[in-house]
Amino acid sequence: MGELLLEFLSEEMPARMQMRASHDLKLLLTSKLNAIGLIFSSANVYVTPRRLTLVIDGLPRRQPSIIEERRGPRVGASEKAINGFLTFSGLTLDQCERRYTSNGEFWFVTIEKGGKTTADLLPDIILSSICEMPWSKSMRWGENNFRWVRPLHHILAVFDGRVLKGTLDLGKTKLNFTDCTRGHRFLAPHVRVVNSFQEYRTELRNSFVILERECRKDIILKDARYLCDSNGFILREDSELLEEVCGLVEWPLVLIGRIDAEFMSMPPEVLIAAMRRHQKCFAVNKKNGTLADRFIIVSNMSSEITRNATIVAGNERVLRARLSDAQFFWEKDRAINLSDRRKALREVQFYNKLGTLADKVERFAILAATIAPMVGANPDNAYHAAVLAKADLTTNMITEFPELQGIMGRYYALDGGEDLHIADAIAEHYCPIGPRDVCPTAPISIALSIADKVDTLVGFFIIGEIPTGSKDPFALRRTALGVIRIIIGNNLRIKLLPLFAQVRDLIAIAGSAAETDNKLLQFLIDRLKSHLRKKIIRQDLITGVFDSGEEDDLVRLLSRVDVLGDFLATDDGAKLLICYRRVLNILRAEEKNCIPCCTDYHFVLSKLINSSRLVKTEEINLYEALRDVSSKIKIYLSSDDFVSATVSVSALIDPINAFFDAVMVKTDDMLLRTNRLCLLNATKKLLDSVANFSLIKNC
Amino acid sequence: MNQEKNMLDSDLGSTVDRVNNHFQGIILTLQSYWASKGCIVLQPYDMEVGAGTLTPFTTLRSLAPDEVWRAVYVQPSRRPTDGRYGESPNRLQHYYQFQVLLKPSPVDSQDLYLGSLSTIGLNPMAHDIRFVEDDWENPTIGAWGLGWEVWCDGMEISQYTYFQQIGGIDCMPISLEISYGLERIAMYLQGKDSIFNLDWNGIPPEEGGKTYGDIYKQAELEFSAYNFKYADIDHLLRRFVDCELDCLNLLKVDLALPAYDQCLKAVHAFNLIDARGVISVNERQSYISRIRKLARACCENWMNNST
Repeated sequence: MGELLLEFLSEEMPARMQMRASHDLKLLLTSKLNAIGLIFSSANVYVTPRRLTLVIDGLPRRQPSIIEERRGPRVGASEKAINGFLTFSGLTLDQCERRYTSNGEFWFVTIEKGGKTTADLLPDIILSSICEMPWSKSMRWGENNFRWVRPLHHILAVFDGRVLKGTLDLGKTKLNFTDCTRGHRFLAPHVRVVNSFQEYRTELRNSFVILERECRKDIILKDARYLCDSNGFILREDSELLEEVCGLVEWPLVLIGRIDAEFMSMPPEVLIAAMRRHQKCFAVNKKNGTLADRFIIVSNMSSEITRNATIVAGNERVLRARLSDAQFFWEKDRAINLSDRRKALREVQFYNKLGTLADKVERFAILAATIAPMVGANPDNAYHAAVLAKADLTTNMITEFPELQGIMGRYYALDGGEDLHIADAIAEHYCPIGPRDVCPTAPISIALSIADKVDTLVGFFIIGEIPTGSKDPFALRRTALGVIRIIIGNNLRIKLLPLFAQVRDLIAIAGSAAETDNKLLQFLIDRLKSHLRKKIIRQDLITGVFDSGEEDDLVRLLSRVDVLGDFLATDDGAKLLICYRRVLNILRAEEKNCIPCCTDYHFVLSKLINSSRLVKTEEINLYEALRDVSSKIKIYLSSDDFVSATVSVSALIDPINAFFDAVMVKTDDMLLRTNRLCLLNATKKLLDSVANFSLIKNC
Repeated sequence: MNQEKNMLDSDLGSTVDRVNNHFQGIILTLQSYWASKGCIVLQPYDMEVGAGTLTPFTTLRSLAPDEVWRAVYVQPSRRPTDGRYGESPNRLQHYYQFQVLLKPSPVDSQDLYLGSLSTIGLNPMAHDIRFVEDDWENPTIGAWGLGWEVWCDGMEISQYTYFQQIGGIDCMPISLEISYGLERIAMYLQGKDSIFNLDWNGIPPEEGGKTYGDIYKQAELEFSAYNFKYADIDHLLRRFVDCELDCLNLLKVDLALPAYDQCLKAVHAFNLIDARGVISVNERQSYISRIRKLARACCENWMNNST
């Protein structure tokens, strides 16, 4: 068994691409190995800013031989054809075999292939994997036309203790496979020869490179916690930042710096944004949970007192400059009242065909006022908050730190004397931002958040920018999920279709038809299903209930789904499902038979039932039961009593079964036959008003 | 390799800093360093540009005609909207970039660059130097490249870009552009908190030495006023149209270089119009696309007519 060690040493790869690259490399290489029958016991990838490393262990030294059978020309074919075949397969005629097939007698050969040494096979596999690496962004360098994420400097390729023979042609220059690597760019740049992963890992460790990403993360986290703790503080953990920082260092050294007291009066979000975004530093809390005047630096050098002090001083200096800029913005922004900033929104495009941000604000403020009473908010307050909600986008602070949108709006609103719940609504109207972000619960915040999102959704649907496959450039799926989570989380009774229609009227783009409303509603239902996938809610029930009449009240939809689920779990539920299918089967069968003399089957079915043509007791009973249940369901549904509405259809089970036992639908009397089909169709329609049972699977 | 060795051999203590860290000293040191690496030392291009990249020394030369073009120059860069009337310690509407263009990009470019840092007193062994992803794109001239911003102890000191496309044309060979933020580096080396306090030439004021502020503070004040208040909008709009027309006419007679100068003048007029805050979003977009057309046409003409 042999070990393959592969390392691609390049100039610094972007942190955000490293994980993906290591997975892609592993996938490419291992699938190629599998394809030629080289089975291995383990494959591990490692990635640092400068290197992409793959170790495959337990590879055989030789490829297992493959037996391949090939059919040649027909026996008795021309000499030319036979000779051609023999040349091609490298055999003589007495090594071939005659065999009968259904098409006649043919020459056959059996070739034993492969059995090549792994060392001979690997170079091509490695080279083709390199060329197939799917970088999201790649580049050329020098006079070469080869592309990699950044200039590639060497390829270490060692199998079974020996360098593999291989060369990557970059176009102008070439890279020969090597058994050399280098350590840390500054601390140990000299060449090191390695013959195994074990050696490689140890050499790197001695050369200030920690190969394992998780290990670097652990060091950063532990050291940062320790540094905070020993200074009497607590690290503000930030997993996203940790992932990024870990991709910027090969030898993490954690240091702690100070923030000047004069900056501590700014909103903590501003300080954190300045540390995090530009400096990739972690914020630190005091024991009481408020922001401390310290920050955590992750550098890429070994610890040395003078150097550590230089690095800390340098980082403090940069942060000071950033914070004094921020402070300048903080003061300058507050000199202009939020409400006076609305005019400036006319200069900011929302989206090409959907007008400026001022247009958007005008629309969604009206919508927020519409929604307000449905969620227990005052419409005037909602309107007022919405009008201010985007004004912070014109401030200097947001130009510098776009991620603080809303949050700064809140501070500026409070500074301008707005009420707390108005200010909070400004901050929260973007929420929830990610799938794990908290949903707003305050009435005004809810009204704003839903209004803003619905406006965005309807707008992009009208202009045809609808997500397809993996393409969702405007994050409409996330926006839709936000609407769903707010509605369900707050148990809100909101009918969505009228809101869509209102936005359409406000946008007033020619050709914005009502059909986009239904498309959007279907889109939301699809998001709802995917959102609830992890919970034990059956997707077919959601589809079934939604299909019973485009239910646009999500909370009502889900409670109907619950009730339906409970009902289907009972004996009556199971029986009813069977009844429904019997009804449906005969309706479909008769459609295929296309009963004579009728041109439009559905038109025939929609006719009224003629009670004078009901002759058998069982059909009269079913008819009576339908009338009775139908009037009950109407009353129950109008008062949202889904339990009673659903349970009441149980009263149809016996009449339906009795009908099928006693009544022949397919009679030669066409009038009776049509009337019975109408009766069954009415039964189906009544059941459909509870749920489209045809879409529901067995429990 | 030699470079690497030098870097390692210099010990930590001696790095603070016997080199001349005054502003002109840094420029002189960088110039002679890159000259010793085979670069031609050019003088600033005599036009108003927003960045060193835009001069023909970089934009056009990275396309054609030379197979090898290694050049360095200091380029004054004008960004009218960045004016702060000389009140901000870190922002100017006129500042300097030290520009290096290496075509084709050499395989040991990072070592060469790090070597240059050592010469100006930023020994990589005494600091924390990092290459952090920062891809460059200039849609106005249809150009993009991949690279990094280089950090020294958390501060961005240079932009490092491998050009992939200029004027919408694929580059071949690939040029490497390194752009040093001179003021920032000088502030760090001199430990100054304001650009205006930078020591320009290392001579005490009583002996006639000058600071950055002595030379440029008044200019910042006056040009900020000009950029934001007094630049005549009608004249600028007319100038833009005139330059655009001149550029197109010059291209008709295959004079790519003068045409490109007119394109640069149009860009600067646009930057001033922008600073005056009188153009709407849509107009802005349309100006940018008009400039892009000019820049692309100049690049194409230059490519087609240089051998």
